[in-house]
Amino acid sequence: MAESSAWVYSDTVKEHFLHPRNILRDDEDFAADGSGTVGSVQCGDEMLVLIKVADGRIADCRWRTYGCASAIASTSALSEMAKGMTLGEAARITPKQIMAYLGGLPEAKVHCSVLGDKALRAAIDDYAARNGVTLGKEKRPPVIICDCTAASDQDIMQAARDGAVTWGELQQKTKIGTGCGKCKERAMEALDEAIFEIHHETMKIHE
Amino acid sequence: MQRIYLDNNATTPLDPEVLAYFREALAAYGNPSSMHGFGREAAEYVHEARAAAGRLINADPDDIIFTSGGTESNNTVLSIFANEGGADVSGGDGYAGGGRSGQFSGVGVGGSGGKGAIPFIGAGGGSGGKLRNEIVISAIEHPAILETAQYLAHRAGIKLHLAPVDAEGRVRPDALENLISENTALVSVMLANNETGVIQDLTAIARIAHAKGAFVHSDAVQALGKIPIDAAALGLDYLSASGHKIYAPKGVGFLWRRKGAPFTPYARGGHQEQGQRAGTINAPAIAAFGKACALAMAKLPEDSARLAGLRDRLRAGIEERIPNTRYNGCAAAALPNTLNLSFRAAEGESILLYLDLEGIAVSTGSACASGSLEPSHVLTACGLGAELAHGSIRFSLGRMTTAEEIEIVIEKLPPVIARLRAMSTLRT
Repeated sequence: MAESSAWVYSDTVKEHFLHPRNILRDDEDFAADGSGTVGSVQCGDEMLVLIKVADGRIADCRWRTYGCASAIASTSALSEMAKGMTLGEAARITPKQIMAYLGGLPEAKVHCSVLGDKALRAAIDDYAARNGVTLGKEKRPPVIICDCTAASDQDIMQAARDGAVTWGELQQKTKIGTGCGKCKERAMEALDEAIFEIHHETMKIHE
Repeated sequence: MQRIYLDNNATTPLDPEVLAYFREALAAYGNPSSMHGFGREAAEYVHEARAAAGRLINADPDDIIFTSGGTESNNTVLSIFANEGGADVSGGDGYAGGGRSGQFSGVGVGGSGGKGAIPFIGAGGGSGGKLRNEIVISAIEHPAILETAQYLAHRAGIKLHLAPVDAEGRVRPDALENLISENTALVSVMLANNETGVIQDLTAIARIAHAKGAFVHSDAVQALGKIPIDAAALGLDYLSASGHKIYAPKGVGFLWRRKGAPFTPYARGGHQEQGQRAGTINAPAIAAFGKACALAMAKLPEDSARLAGLRDRLRAGIEERIPNTRYNGCAAAALPNTLNLSFRAAEGESILLYLDLEGIAVSTGSACASGSLEPSHVLTACGLGAELAHGSIRFSLGRMTTAEEIEIVIEKLPPVIARLRAMSTLRT
């Protein structure tokens, strides 16, 4: 059997798994301007992202990950992608972009292991909060509802705007609760609130 | 790169002797059920294999039913006890339970009605066609039992009980006893666990089950060929075995049934295996399996002692070099070839894949590697938290494993764990 052929992941994933970039070393003093953690050990993946900011751009980036090969590779890839970006650009990095950078990931791995973008956004929000900066229209940082997929109340709001009413529809749009499923009750409460809020907005428009 | 295979509980390589015999048997293409010379030639291979399989578990060869493997054997046994409207009367042994019209589908044990009432086990006997509609299995069964039992429970209205295990992965006889009642039709507990290698006390379990009139099955797929097995002495009614875990090809296994224990065919539409398993007999694979059984019988004492030595060396070597490891299992009752360790702050799929890139094959109980959402149900049942369950690695040695290979693994593993711990959000 050719050992090089058909490895579990793409060559880029393999490269980042074998040689991860920008890991936060124990012996380095990285004075971060913002930090964010998402995921949980319960689900099998947890990520920490640290950023340094200069002139509104990500000047440097460090991370740590507890998780599988695709979690390691995707965080490593993200750390390379984010450097040099403006905070606004970095905050808009999507899992899709990370996957494209990595040359694809198995479907089963996408929702559990690509959390780096959310950790980065949390770090950016942390920076913004520390420095009293407002980023975009979302004034308040998202509240993570699902530890496994890092889906937030804002993701639920978006799903509600896109028409999600049931748990199944919410899952379809956000992948929420597709890990351990413990967040179902909280998520449905958040969905109810979101629907109420949207309804309220609509009423205001009509007033 | 030297490749090292330490995943023998997943499957084993073909023993060269088995392979040679398999090739020979493949050439004998006759259908063993045919009366002519071609058929008789193939049938002779099957006959020899049945004898060897019987010897390996000290059983009458006539009580061996060849199947497609452990999963089919397990499904067969469970389906006997989860038949809509009760158990059928099977070809030879004439088991006739009651439960034809019960609102609950169940198995009539000890039915006085029907022809050829079966020899009865235990004190629960002779209660006159009482419906038994409960099955007790351990919480650490292979999915072939666990998921099948859950499905049948759902479909056939059988009540399923899961017997817990202690921190070392042993079924607790007291807890098991509490779950067995006069409603219990079947108790199924594996002889040795595939992930931890922990051996269960089936003698005690069978005694408890029989005292309440329940039948006893053991999935012996992992135990076969690794420890001596005497099916009848253990007190079993059924035993499942698989070929590819003992250096035979995939796609062949057997079910042993104690004479007189209830039976319903799983596959219908043919008279093969005395009407107990329909389908053209896979003579070459069965022949190879028989050869593997004979080899296992001959080599068991030597293999077992050698592998236990290598396993102990592997454990000591790893524990000496890597802090914060946890041994998962029960060293006093373990298969000689299996070692399961958890590494704090390191995730199993990553460990597995770093080792894979070094040419070393192991397996993990991490959810990430299996594509499931939860880590190993076996380790979770032993009380392991998420971190230790996700960070578990199973090393399963085999007949081809050498001392040199074990030393290489002891050298290659510590840097892998150190690397993952350095990049982990968790600290040990």
